[in-house]
Amino acid sequence: MTCDEAEVLLHALIDGELDAGHAREVESHIAGCPRCAAALRDYRTMSKAIAEAGVGYTAPAALRQRIEAALPQPRRVPNRRAVLRGFAMGSAVSALAATGLVAIVLRNDDVERIQSEVVSAHLRSLQAGHLTDVISTDQHTVKPWFNGRLDVSPPVIDLTAQGFTLIGGRLDYVDARAIGAVVYKRRQHVINLFVSQTSSTERRPAKIETIQGFNIRHWSDRGLNYWAVSDIGKDELADFGEKFESAIRAPG
Amino acid sequence: MPIKASDDDPEKARRFREAALPYLDDAYTLARYLLRNAADAEDAVQECYLRAFRHFDSYRGPAMKPWLFAILRNVCRAEYARRATTPTSAIDDVPESAEQAPLWHEAEETPEVQLQRRWDADTIRRLVAALAEPFRETFVLREIQNLSYREIADVAAVPVGTVMSRLARARAMLRSAWLAEEEQQQ
Repeated sequence: MTCDEAEVLLHALIDGELDAGHAREVESHIAGCPRCAAALRDYRTMSKAIAEAGVGYTAPAALRQRIEAALPQPRRVPNRRAVLRGFAMGSAVSALAATGLVAIVLRNDDVERIQSEVVSAHLRSLQAGHLTDVISTDQHTVKPWFNGRLDVSPPVIDLTAQGFTLIGGRLDYVDARAIGAVVYKRRQHVINLFVSQTSSTERRPAKIETIQGFNIRHWSDRGLNYWAVSDIGKDELADFGEKFESAIRAPG
Repeated sequence: MPIKASDDDPEKARRFREAALPYLDDAYTLARYLLRNAADAEDAVQECYLRAFRHFDSYRGPAMKPWLFAILRNVCRAEYARRATTPTSAIDDVPESAEQAPLWHEAEETPEVQLQRRWDADTIRRLVAALAEPFRETFVLREIQNLSYREIADVAAVPVGTVMSRLARARAMLRSAWLAEEEQQQ
């Protein structure tokens, strides 16, 4: 190989763009040519110095803003999927759109699907060893446990004095999203209280339904969706929900 | 009738944001080196992103960064053309001393001199900015943007062989300027 050839090909060697055969040829030329060897060494020093010095530029914030402003903005009225997403994990769907639309969009099959998933989660929890991830009758132990595991901090309220014993908390999955479950017991009956974020801050009064023999009390308050699920009677579950709601509104 | 993605399609805008905005710093860096002026670079990058968004429907890959760069390069070419017709408006942010610094020492004459200094970012920027086109463009795409030869060839619309010879020339020029800077500092 001549120096003229090597002068071009040694760059491909530096850049890792050379096949093995040519790489060997360039290397053997460099081994016998001090001039090309010096060039290669200098180019490598330069490359390293450039990479380490950080010679790129950062785009000014104003430029980013101008480009952002020139692009079409996200839709104000969310589509059905976005509402669902907001329903499950509280993405930034505007409350204005969500309050009206959640009821309409979720009234039919989505509400049923999510409720049946909530019941499935309840059933899973009743299997041995699945009920609680954190076992504690102390609300000050259960509540911090959720921190960092969920993007929402479920309220954990001790209702032992009202006849519902707090026994722990669990991470569960509903609608393919992580959701918090606070577990209570009434005599030998388990009550799972599932809590997820909602984009709507409007309070929605409770509704009790029965699916597969389980009662579900669903309500929304202060940006959170609640589903209390149990095999206790409708009256008792309503009692649980009312006591929970009044405890959460109580000062202190 | 199928829904046609129009320019005011928010879903298209969302996909475009996710795909293209992560390369904003890279695009701005390339524009700074090509145009050697901060304000012109900003304008070029903005124009590049708006053009890219308009053509985003036809984007089929392979990689977003070279695709954006090809558009940006065309925007910068238009700016060169504008400057050529109005020479007084061609404002360089490169110090005059860098422009006047010798660019092309024959490396053969000084084989015994070994490159020693590791310049700071500002000095390297100045030395790179002083490279003549089209060598500067090729050099920046390779050394600062880490594009492959194939990608550089696509961006600059030249054969890979041309990329290789331009890069060899660019590095030789920079090596000379680098050594000249060392002599000056001594």
